Amino acid sequence: MLPGEILFGFIGLVVVITAVGMVISRNAIYSALFLVSNFTTVALLYLILGAPFIAVVQISVYAGSIMVLFLFVIMLLGAERLAAKEKLQGQRLLAVILGVVFLVELGLFGVWKAGYMTTPVPPAAATAGAPEAVGMALFTQYALPFEVTGFILLVATVGAILLTRGDKPASKDLITAVSEKEG
Amino acid sequence: MDAALIWEWVIKSLFIILFMTAGFAYVTLLERRVLARMQVRIGPNRAGPFGLLQPVADGVKLIFKEELIPAYADKFVFVLAPVLTVIPALIITAVVPWGPQVMLFGRPVPLYLVDLNIGVLYIVAVTSISVYGIALAGWSSNNKYATMGGLRATAQMISYELALGLAMLAPVMMAGSMSMVDVVESQRTLPFIVLQPVAFLIYFMSSLAEINRAPFDMPEAEQELTAGYHTEYSGMKFALFFMAEYIKMIAVAMIGSTLFLGGYAWPLPPEWLGGFAGPINLLAKVLVWLFVIIWLRATLPRIRYDRLMFYGWKVLFPVALVNIVITAVVIVLVGG
Repeated sequence: MLPGEILFGFIGLVVVITAVGMVISRNAIYSALFLVSNFTTVALLYLILGAPFIAVVQISVYAGSIMVLFLFVIMLLGAERLAAKEKLQGQRLLAVILGVVFLVELGLFGVWKAGYMTTPVPPAAATAGAPEAVGMALFTQYALPFEVTGFILLVATVGAILLTRGDKPASKDLITAVSEKEG
Repeated sequence: MDAALIWEWVIKSLFIILFMTAGFAYVTLLERRVLARMQVRIGPNRAGPFGLLQPVADGVKLIFKEELIPAYADKFVFVLAPVLTVIPALIITAVVPWGPQVMLFGRPVPLYLVDLNIGVLYIVAVTSISVYGIALAGWSSNNKYATMGGLRATAQMISYELALGLAMLAPVMMAGSMSMVDVVESQRTLPFIVLQPVAFLIYFMSSLAEINRAPFDMPEAEQELTAGYHTEYSGMKFALFFMAEYIKMIAVAMIGSTLFLGGYAWPLPPEWLGGFAGPINLLAKVLVWLFVIIWLRATLPRIRYDRLMFYGWKVLFPVALVNIVITAVVIVLVGG
């Protein structure tokens, strides 16, 4: 095995361990931290695969923005400790059954379609992951999906602002309302 | 990949880390001396000539201090938080170029660790994860002042990150590349501050908020929050937070000088002195920048927290957006 493959395998192992840790941790802060390390190690995988742009975007968007907000909300609400008993009974049993089914499926695929997995994928060009290439693809070939995604995000933002405004008079903006409340 | 190249990288990385750490020690001295002069005091001048050994004395004192961990603190996170705060501060300047290529020991050595084609994006990413240490420090201390300080710091840093990122985008658009070396090289004749004064001002103000310096040092508002997120920290763990704060000051100055003030390529031609005029250019600007930051701390009062959020979201962010749009239109019309 090449050193690169060993590194890839090791990081892959870390990805799996952090993912499992996220699910089984009983403390929401620890779960969030496991998820952050998971995102970061996945970014390392992208880096090894020659896509530095995607790797850095993964870190700054998922680890840097979304998870910070998650952590923020968990701390603000003081919801670190999860209830010892789950509300939805039988989740674990279902998860084990589905997991076994998935593993069997994976094994069968490996046995029957062994040739498919050994066919080497042609290596991508060195510039394929460069920001110029990604930008070009986004704004030409995938312009419509890009615009639609942007529109959906805009609608979500407007929705979030609308939800936080509540029933307050329309003339009063959020910051004056908060400062008046806090005195 | 030959062994010499790997050694070159290792030595450069060590140099950057040592430089930032030593820089931290002497920026604290600079700050104390400058603040003292501005307040008509003398400042620390007993340890060594001009007080130059003061940082060493401070370091020794901090190492020998007792380290306390509060009884109901989350011990693992409590110890992890200072580390998570220092690491981003130490690695963020890895993409800042110090100068062009020079000849050292008979081989050409570029005076930067790495020229990433996504250099600016790397800086944004590292900035965005530097929030964790502070938020976790506040939470794990099991102290309401620390938690409040941590939450305030997090909210402030998330808010100003947007304006900061947009301000950093303007030089990227002007240079047509996200590589820091390309950005510097395209400023050889004219630094971008002349063409992008608005972006420079937004960068300057939001970077102050990002590193929690006066007048945006809300997380450490001692009248309301004792010491904010590091209230419960003592000894070397406190020193790590202190270190991160000052290293971030240097990093912000280095990145800002590179993006807006011509970095190593202006005003001296960087090829002078066998290529070592580059670092002189850069470090002179960093020194001036640090002086201005300290000067502001001596001059301005702290602004109120809701005003701070208002300023970040409703003034800086829209102005930065409009600046980006105008820059884009002008670049398309003039042709870059």
